[in-house]
Amino acid sequence: MINRIVVGAGYGLKDWIAQRATALVMAVYTLILLVTLGALSPSSFEAWRSIFSNGFMQFMTFLFFISLFWHVWIGIRDIWMDYVKPDGLRLVLMIATAAALIGYAGWAAKILWRL
Amino acid sequence: MADIAIKKKRPKNLDLPTIRLPLPGFLSILHRISGAVLFLLLPVLLWLFQQSLASPETYAVAKAVTGNFLVKLILFGLIWLYMHHFCAGIRYLLLDLHKGIELEAARFSSKVVFAVSIALTGIIGAKVLL
Repeated sequence: MINRIVVGAGYGLKDWIAQRATALVMAVYTLILLVTLGALSPSSFEAWRSIFSNGFMQFMTFLFFISLFWHVWIGIRDIWMDYVKPDGLRLVLMIATAAALIGYAGWAAKILWRL
Repeated sequence: MADIAIKKKRPKNLDLPTIRLPLPGFLSILHRISGAVLFLLLPVLLWLFQQSLASPETYAVAKAVTGNFLVKLILFGLIWLYMHHFCAGIRYLLLDLHKGIELEAARFSSKVVFAVSIALTGIIGAKVLL
């Protein structure tokens, strides 16, 4: 008989779904970008910049970055949970990872919004 | 009691370097390693992306950096890690949908992941880096 004591609400389902949903977004973006690069073969600054300053690609690229950072958060957090046993160190690593990723999100926004 | 006796006779081997990973296992650990390496290099890649888009002058800087042979080699490796993570990830999504979960199918699909990701790396690397 399975006698599981159920307490709390977080069992990781949200993260499990988020990891896969963000993966799908990134997979679609990767294909769009590869097809775009294959079709246009940008070889100058103007050509390269115009790919990302296009409204649709700007939106998709930002969506890609947000998906990437969210996906990375789940994956790297899993790595810390699997291999780093001391609670204090694990907490520090998780906070450092989250801080870096939030910073990267701001950085990515800055790169794209100036186009 | 019988199963306890059997368990006691079983050899335990947790000495990682002596364990021969089957291909799906190798795919799995490489999925994790590729994700970790790409994470660690995110600031470098974001910096490169920023340089390439900010101005014609910084574009020239990015061009010069990526023109270096050693950098090209590293980027080639990163493209492979990305394509491996991409292809292995699609395999995991299919496994989540219970597609190809039998042993034979799973072994076969892990071979497909390596073949496709290496082929894609060759094509993309040749197009972008040569």
